[in-house]
Amino acid sequence: MTDTPAPRHIPNRLDKPFTSAIFSWEALLVVVAVAIFAINSFASPYFLDAWSLSDLTFNFTEKALIALAMALLIISGEIDLSVAAIIALASTMMGMAVQAGAGTPALVAIGIVVGLGCGAFNGLLVTRLGLPSIVVTIGTMSLFRGVAFIILGDQAYKGYPASFAFFGQGYVWWVVSFELTLFLVAAVVYWFLLHRTSFGRRVFAIGNNPVAAQFSGVRVGRIKFILFCLTGLMAGIASVLITSRLGSTRPSIAQGYELEVITMVVLGGVSILGGAGSILGVVLAAFIMGLVTFGLGLLNVPGIVMSIFIGLLLIIVIALPILWRRVRRERFA
Amino acid sequence: MKALLKYREVWLLAAIAVLIGLISMRFPGFAAPGNVRQVFNDTSILMILALGQMVVILTRSIDLSMAANLCFTGMVVAMLNAAHPAIPIPLLIVIALLVGLVLGAISGLLVWRLNIPSIVVTLGTLTIYRGATFVISGGAWVNADQMSPDFIGLQRAAFLGIPVLSWIALLVIALFFLVMTRTALGRSIYAIGVNPTASVYAGIDVGRTKFIVFCISGMIGGLCGYLWISRYVIASVEVANGYELNIIAACVIGGISIAGGIGSVGGAVLGALFLGIISNALPVINISPFWQMAISGSAIILAVVLNARGERRQGRIILKKAEAA
Repeated sequence: MTDTPAPRHIPNRLDKPFTSAIFSWEALLVVVAVAIFAINSFASPYFLDAWSLSDLTFNFTEKALIALAMALLIISGEIDLSVAAIIALASTMMGMAVQAGAGTPALVAIGIVVGLGCGAFNGLLVTRLGLPSIVVTIGTMSLFRGVAFIILGDQAYKGYPASFAFFGQGYVWWVVSFELTLFLVAAVVYWFLLHRTSFGRRVFAIGNNPVAAQFSGVRVGRIKFILFCLTGLMAGIASVLITSRLGSTRPSIAQGYELEVITMVVLGGVSILGGAGSILGVVLAAFIMGLVTFGLGLLNVPGIVMSIFIGLLLIIVIALPILWRRVRRERFA
Repeated sequence: MKALLKYREVWLLAAIAVLIGLISMRFPGFAAPGNVRQVFNDTSILMILALGQMVVILTRSIDLSMAANLCFTGMVVAMLNAAHPAIPIPLLIVIALLVGLVLGAISGLLVWRLNIPSIVVTLGTLTIYRGATFVISGGAWVNADQMSPDFIGLQRAAFLGIPVLSWIALLVIALFFLVMTRTALGRSIYAIGVNPTASVYAGIDVGRTKFIVFCISGMIGGLCGYLWISRYVIASVEVANGYELNIIAACVIGGISIAGGIGSVGGAVLGALFLGIISNALPVINISPFWQMAISGSAIILAVVLNARGERRQGRIILKKAEAA
């Protein structure tokens, strides 16, 4: 490397014409988000209110926090289905600590450490033993939640200290909740990590071709391990938030979150096959999902029916560009 | 003997035998023929579902929508039965198969025509089908007293001392065995999993075969919709919630490689049986049912670790042969 002349500027990607920026995934998401926002404000008179918009954010911030790390993990070609189970286990451990008389700082530490530990366990199984992550995390998903069930059974932990409620219910300034602030800060951190550091470039390299990345001197195993740890860490943080918001722990807490988190990531334009995606897309997708569920909620649509819209949104947003490209190709062929 | 040990199914069978042996030490009646028959019957639905999932996984795809399909189809037949008790049950089963087929075909078409990864497609259809169940039922349940005696009774009727449900499972197992080992479709399904590119050059229509595979898993989901509802005599939106992962777990324990191309009918059946025995045995040997989840989770992880070892060893042998040549 010493004999190379002046360092050449290598752009992240080649310059694109303006039109392709308009047709980019993020642009499509912005259009969808604005459309849903507009429909919502027409459909319900209660929507355009600072406090309702603030409530809206509680719908998705916990899942979106995990989605940030999950995006990196999926870009690297792996997946973690155990995040909701990690939330349950971390929450159960916090509940046990409360029974033992732990204070708020200890609770937060326990939640985060348990999450990190679970993520590291997944990472070790995947990277050390070379197992497919989808199967490993289906297994650990049953294991982590299973341990929560063994400890709690059909009981619930309550009696969290009053100061603990701040994380899930507190506001930093006016209507800006602590959860939203944390999410925005985390989004910036993850954006920087993925799009502005060599670590992020390595994550993309691994997702595009792990073998080539390995031969290029990228420590594939170590980076994947770090990504699993990060995902576990975010699940631990989400566990602190959700436990604080609900004020109680049941072993069935956050059931089904894993699929919603993955929907968010995929809707955000991250390729499920790895190698492509952006944090901006994931953040936009999180807001879209929050807007859809909250808007329908204001119209008294039951949660399970909302899932139809989320499912349709997922399939349509992915199918449309494919169909669009096909139509254009046929026209110009 | 050595040749036998190569088969994953033999190891799995041994593991099941050890499991039954251990349980019998605590509860001697467990291995009695009557109880074994009972366990098989209890596991029938999971076995059938695992077979449907197996053909999908073999082609390097995955169907997460099976449990939601089961829930929707089950609700359809339960509501039909409640509204028109005169409809004969065989016709209802045909309806269940057709509804399931349509739901599976929707996922299959998206995978085939638009080339969207199956995990994304079925993640979408999973939520849509469950939501649709709520829409058609209005959130209401169909209870046992609304179902006709035939609807509930058919699978419980005994034929040659074995309940019809078990017979259906045996029939499905036989059918899958024939298709997977004796037909061109079965060969193409394996071929696609082992090497999709080579399959194209061998003249296999990969997209269409994947579509067929999703139709099969859809029909299986539909069939199990009827079986599940008539077994547990309640149809609600919550039916089989999260069960899609149990089905995949049965496949994984049965040695079906999530990377496609490796797996057998016997493996899927034994994998399901393994999970079924655990869930049946826990109450018998006085372990809280809350342990079940953690135990099956550990079993999955253990199974993957062992399977990965087996696959790696095979790879090495091939390399050595190549070196010698």
